[in-house]
Amino acid sequence: MRYLPITEREKKEMLEKIGVSSIKELFAPVPGEIMLKEKLNLPESKSEMEIEHYMSDLAKKNTGSEMLSFLGGGAYRHYSPSVVDQLLLRGEFFTAYTPYQPEVSQGTLQTIFEFQTMMANLFKMDVANASMYDGSTAAAEAVLMAAKINKKRTKVVIASTMHPQYIETVKTYTGFLVDEIVLMEMDPDTGKTDEKELSKIDDSTICVLFQYPNYFGAIEDCDLISAKAKEQGALVIPVIAEGTSLGILKAPGEFDADIAVGEGQAFGLPLHFGGPGLGIFTCKEKYVRKMPGRLVGKTLDRNGNECFVLTLSAREQHIKREKATSNICTNQGLMATAASMYLAAMGKEGLKKVALMNLKRASYLKDNIEAKTNCKTAFSGHIYNEFAILSPKDGEETLNALKKEGVLGGIPVKKYYPELSSMIIVNTTEIHSYKDIDRFVSILAKVTGGES
Amino acid sequence: MSYPGMTDLKLKEQTIFERSRPGREGFSLPEEDLSSAEKLLPENFKRKELDLPELSEIDVVRHYTRLSTYNFSIDHGFYPLGSCTMKYNPKINEKMARMSGFANLHPEAPEDTAQGTLKMMYEMQNMLSEIGGFAATTLNPSAGAHGEYVGLGIIRSYFDKIGDTKRKKIIIPDSAHGTNPASCTLNGFEVVLLESNEKGKVCVDCLKSMLNDEIAGIMLTNPNTLGVFESDIIEITKAVHDAGALVYGDGANMNAILGVARPGDMGIDVLHYNLHKTFSTPHGGGGPGAGPVGVCEKLVDFLPDPLVVKDGDKYAFRNLPDSMGRVRAFYGNMGVTLRAFVYLLEYGRDHIAEIAENAVLNANYIKACLKDIYHLKYKSDTLHEVVFDDSNLENGVTTMDLAKALIDRGFHPPTVYFPLIVPGAIMIEPTETESKETLDSFIEAMRNIYETAKSDPQNILKAPLNTAVSRPDETLAARKPVLTYCKEGD
Repeated sequence: MRYLPITEREKKEMLEKIGVSSIKELFAPVPGEIMLKEKLNLPESKSEMEIEHYMSDLAKKNTGSEMLSFLGGGAYRHYSPSVVDQLLLRGEFFTAYTPYQPEVSQGTLQTIFEFQTMMANLFKMDVANASMYDGSTAAAEAVLMAAKINKKRTKVVIASTMHPQYIETVKTYTGFLVDEIVLMEMDPDTGKTDEKELSKIDDSTICVLFQYPNYFGAIEDCDLISAKAKEQGALVIPVIAEGTSLGILKAPGEFDADIAVGEGQAFGLPLHFGGPGLGIFTCKEKYVRKMPGRLVGKTLDRNGNECFVLTLSAREQHIKREKATSNICTNQGLMATAASMYLAAMGKEGLKKVALMNLKRASYLKDNIEAKTNCKTAFSGHIYNEFAILSPKDGEETLNALKKEGVLGGIPVKKYYPELSSMIIVNTTEIHSYKDIDRFVSILAKVTGGES
Repeated sequence: MSYPGMTDLKLKEQTIFERSRPGREGFSLPEEDLSSAEKLLPENFKRKELDLPELSEIDVVRHYTRLSTYNFSIDHGFYPLGSCTMKYNPKINEKMARMSGFANLHPEAPEDTAQGTLKMMYEMQNMLSEIGGFAATTLNPSAGAHGEYVGLGIIRSYFDKIGDTKRKKIIIPDSAHGTNPASCTLNGFEVVLLESNEKGKVCVDCLKSMLNDEIAGIMLTNPNTLGVFESDIIEITKAVHDAGALVYGDGANMNAILGVARPGDMGIDVLHYNLHKTFSTPHGGGGPGAGPVGVCEKLVDFLPDPLVVKDGDKYAFRNLPDSMGRVRAFYGNMGVTLRAFVYLLEYGRDHIAEIAENAVLNANYIKACLKDIYHLKYKSDTLHEVVFDDSNLENGVTTMDLAKALIDRGFHPPTVYFPLIVPGAIMIEPTETESKETLDSFIEAMRNIYETAKSDPQNILKAPLNTAVSRPDETLAARKPVLTYCKEGD
């Protein structure tokens, strides 16, 4: 076994030093009745070549990964410069532990410090932490943090246009801790949160949580939601599920968000069937001591050299135990590293260009679907790179017909909202050429009986 | 001297923001007129400025390559962090995870176009259930602490379902990881502390006296954080069950018993695994991990959404009737799970027990070679790790000094000052992937530090001497937090 270097001869020498005659003796504290008598029922051991065959066979069964895809809805395929994955393969990054020993972890610490800075600048917030598991758990933890800040209040208000899985996650985390979780309904014309629903925000509201661009692709009116929340003393928590949108869109700090969270998978990370992604967590400086997760700070060493350490750990579980701000320990460090590398390579021009390419393609796709197919755009609100369409028949049927032609056309909304049975959410990014988009439109036209 | 020591090529590197030069770019995108795109959004929807560094490709490569050289890693050398299981991370795991069929699969891809990954998930659920002795396993949790959150959520949902809502307390031994009590709080449970006995184990009589109809369960790590196996485990789990409560197992130390004994057979009802510890996936400088949770038969229906099931020859997602709910978007850190899956394929049924056997051998060898000079607060037999303390070190040399002196000698320090029940704890877990000569050189370094503390304590007290940075001022960092880079004068 190639991962086990101790030879039989060394084993004997070591047992002798320990003073036992067999390895079995070392397990003496384990009661005999629970020691396994037989081998576990697992597959037979495989060699490297056999593993490669087995895994390639599995990979081939993932036909979806090779199809022309317009799937978004919280996970987005973007161009990632080759340098990102090449650098990520350095064992010094990926086989290192959490940087608790700063003298041998300055590489990770500085990278995370730079990540925190990039996130703070992108979100225009004062501080960002070293990462959370994903966008949905970052949103849940933001609500928990808000509940600690607005201690006397009892109600959480969430825009129903947020990703349904994010809403479910927030409910699981907070449902039994707060008195009430209230959803603000969508305006059926714009696809944005209905302005009238903002009256659900009142003086018992802990925080207002909304995604933008929202799950249906529409860009929420952040200024309006923020103003209404501030008026009632509720904390404003925007959730950004598509990180690259910040290449063009107004940043949370620009509409006075108190806590802003997001999913950073769009920063060139592979889809990997939805994980590992990258939970982003930012907030105003005045709340930093209530923040969950690790933070890296700059300091001086004993020779006066500038350096980095994990800091404000008095918030964390290994110090505060049951009184910690969160139970999080392991985070998404390597994904934060990857996102930093991506943003460093893209730079401010690159990210803005990506954002504009997404905007332009989405607009082109939307116009062409309207003009050439029997599908209609569902909403009038402004969009970034995704939008909802209404298929002339059941959305899933249309998608199945597209699939037969080798195209994954979008997400059937009825999966989450059975009443919206003909709605499909379509996404496009810079990955698509205009030729790809034309091909999609012509097949969509064919399967929905439009112009082909 | 046979230990590696530290000397190296180390180039100074500024922050990435200082490297930035206006006008540089490190991306390659198609030429395209985007002026029309600028007009698609009203001005009040757009941000005023975008503050990201500007670098050419080589700047990016040099920046991160230089930073990487400031890290110690498993690929460098011995990393004996107790309870962290820093074993070798096989390279084939990385290669397999990068196959396009897996890496480019969208989480909303229809099930019939994702059968490869779904099959992998189904087989992984089954393998982990078999390894732990459980009825079912969820792959959703993204890390160990997330697994704890989920496991306790399952317990909460179970008692809600049977209407036994008085049970709001969880018993936790004083040797537990900090995540245990924090996970209780997150689930609305109150923590009741159980003191360890003089052998470093659970005092069974104390436990029995604490059990009543308000106790929802106990969280146990077995072997515990001293490396001591709770040999009364059967009596413990029986007492807890008799009192109507459940037993949560923290699987952080599964490496000690992998393929040798199973938590499910000990009466543990729910347990989280750490794929980034026991199953070789890389720690990545802090994550990502994965924390699958296995449960006994009566808790299966409470598992979070969704689970992968096999229906005929097809694999599909299914939500369970009494599920605790969804605990994150999509299905978990599948890229991590896949690496652990590849690791298990290589060991298979024939070799899996050798993991625990070699891990326990290595830990006991270190213990045997150091116990004559380093003090052991608890004398009990131990499995995969050993916890010494600094009480035998002379001239005021502490555990922290020893940790830093190990760096000078070419080793990552052990876990220090944990578990909390051992003052000045030095917690060593070598894992099975280290060779005898590596262990011998580490032992030599430990003995050298012990001697040097007597003869030349300044050498230890000033350590590390060979690193670019030495003993950062953590108080300063916390008192005046600088958490982002600011340009001079800002």
